[in-house]
Amino acid sequence: MKRFELIEHTADMGIKAYGKDMGELFTNAAYGMASSMTDLEKVNPKESQDISLEAENREELLVSWLNEIIYLSASKTMLFSKFEVSEIDDRHLKAKIFGEGFDIDRHKIETEFKAATYHRLKISNSTLPEGVLQAEIIFDI
Amino acid sequence: MVEEWKGTFKKIDDYRWLIPKREGMRVPGLIYANERMLQHIKMDRTPVQVANVAYLPGIVGKSMAMPDIHWGYGFPIGGVAAVDIEAGGVISPGGIGYDVNCGVRLLRTNLKEKEVRPRLKDLISALFLAIPSGVGSKGRIKISSQEVMEVLERGSQWAIKRGYGLPEDGLHTEERGSMEGADATKVGHRALERGRPQLGTLGAGNHFLEIQIVEEIYDEEVTRVFDIFPGQITVMIHTGSRGLGYQICDDYLRVMGNAVRKYNISLPDRQLACAPVKSEEGQNYLKAMRCAANYAWANRQCIMHWTRETFERVLKMSPKDLGMVLIYDVAHNIGKIEQHPVEGKKKTLCIHRKGATRAFPAGHPDVPEDYKDVGQPVIIPGTMGSNSYVLVGTQRAMQETWGSTCHGAGRVMSRTKALHTVRGEELQRELGERGIVIQAKGYKTLAEEAPAAYKDVDEVVDVCHNAGISKKVAKMRPIGVIKG
Repeated sequence: MKRFELIEHTADMGIKAYGKDMGELFTNAAYGMASSMTDLEKVNPKESQDISLEAENREELLVSWLNEIIYLSASKTMLFSKFEVSEIDDRHLKAKIFGEGFDIDRHKIETEFKAATYHRLKISNSTLPEGVLQAEIIFDI
Repeated sequence: MVEEWKGTFKKIDDYRWLIPKREGMRVPGLIYANERMLQHIKMDRTPVQVANVAYLPGIVGKSMAMPDIHWGYGFPIGGVAAVDIEAGGVISPGGIGYDVNCGVRLLRTNLKEKEVRPRLKDLISALFLAIPSGVGSKGRIKISSQEVMEVLERGSQWAIKRGYGLPEDGLHTEERGSMEGADATKVGHRALERGRPQLGTLGAGNHFLEIQIVEEIYDEEVTRVFDIFPGQITVMIHTGSRGLGYQICDDYLRVMGNAVRKYNISLPDRQLACAPVKSEEGQNYLKAMRCAANYAWANRQCIMHWTRETFERVLKMSPKDLGMVLIYDVAHNIGKIEQHPVEGKKKTLCIHRKGATRAFPAGHPDVPEDYKDVGQPVIIPGTMGSNSYVLVGTQRAMQETWGSTCHGAGRVMSRTKALHTVRGEELQRELGERGIVIQAKGYKTLAEEAPAAYKDVDEVVDVCHNAGISKKVAKMRPIGVIKG
């Protein structure tokens, strides 16, 4: 199963993420976003940040999750390459994300992510591959 | 994901296409475009987005799209929508955008190409060093958390007070660079945290600083007033409110998500989340959004100050000899409370301009005193390697578009596709052959922002001119660019 794929969008960019459950879907969405930011091979997951979120429903939880990572990346000047969701339901999430401080000599930032948007956001059951969850997210970049 | 628009358009004239009202739409949609552009517009979801905006409670007139319209998220980019505040009209952060007050300013000079060309490479390198750019860049300005509040509430006026520029710069800035009604206590700590280190940075993506030459004059009377002449060197600065604006938009979209449930508003897309302008949620967002707008004006003001310093240093000329006067600064992602007549009655409206520029005509009280007889300058950036324009606002824009016009070229090619089609190194060489010096943080940005990825700016501007919603004044072509 593919973890994610890129969606063509005129102004911005989008990803379609897959996962056999909510935890995997959220991990793969974060991974898809992070790998569009920079080459993750070069990001050493040596430091971690804890994330705990609440939202009204699972779609809003997904946007909050991705924007939390964007916020942490911008405010701590860090890049993240590993995502571990430990607890998740439709309205709550607990996770640990791993990465390191941005190093201008080793890291190259490919894309600046302003935010994950709510545009046409939907978490649904995928038909291909069958039986997994999928989500499409459009980002403002 | 891209679905072609299956609905109908009603042709009004060669530049106006009506989307008739359908179930759920409170008003019709109206797209400004020529026939050729309309074929492009139909290929993606843009017309659906124009129709979706027409669902907003309190919307009056039409859900409008300027000719540089392209597929956004929620609102189309190039969208203009007004709501009647007294009739329960709503404000939508998605209808203003994450980069609040992304905008442009244009500086004139006394210089001609022959004075700049021999030092152009040095000038571009020096500007690249003086003005932090690129993702994650930190500004040169160190301010206390107390002073940040002043930046948010006073914008350009703060910058001018701190010595970044001249008092007259404020007079040539929309809202004098200091929007009233900003309340920094409505800005969350996360936005402050992201914004504080980034003040005075250009950022990445489509943001740039450009050295240009005035190539063509369309209206001599107006150019005399703006002090523009053929062959003149101008400088254009295009950037916005950086992480501060992004975070404010995201924070308030969450608030609006709850407000939509609370006020029982039905919308076709979550990204349109909104609240009545008069509600607590609406008022708080407005106050915070104005802070982001002020931050962006302060940002462009500081960058302009370093640009002037760099020109003085590299060209060894005095400020007086350089004559670097700010022609004007416009916002193109913003929400404004304005008075406009609706069906003959004066109403207080909340105008959303998302990728659209204010274009007020001669005689309007918000037009600077020295431009009163000709109207407000409208600054239209092209993309690197393509032309930029100065237009001027018209009475017709006042009657039709709440005094609004286009904002730029508008993308036609996705970034991923641009990356497959265009190579950054090649583009740099090709532009170099045309005499354009470029310095950028990465080749990827160059390729993503390649001119071929955008609509022809000349065509966009011509549609606005021919439709009468702004008037062409002058055209500039780039000779030097710095990008993040």
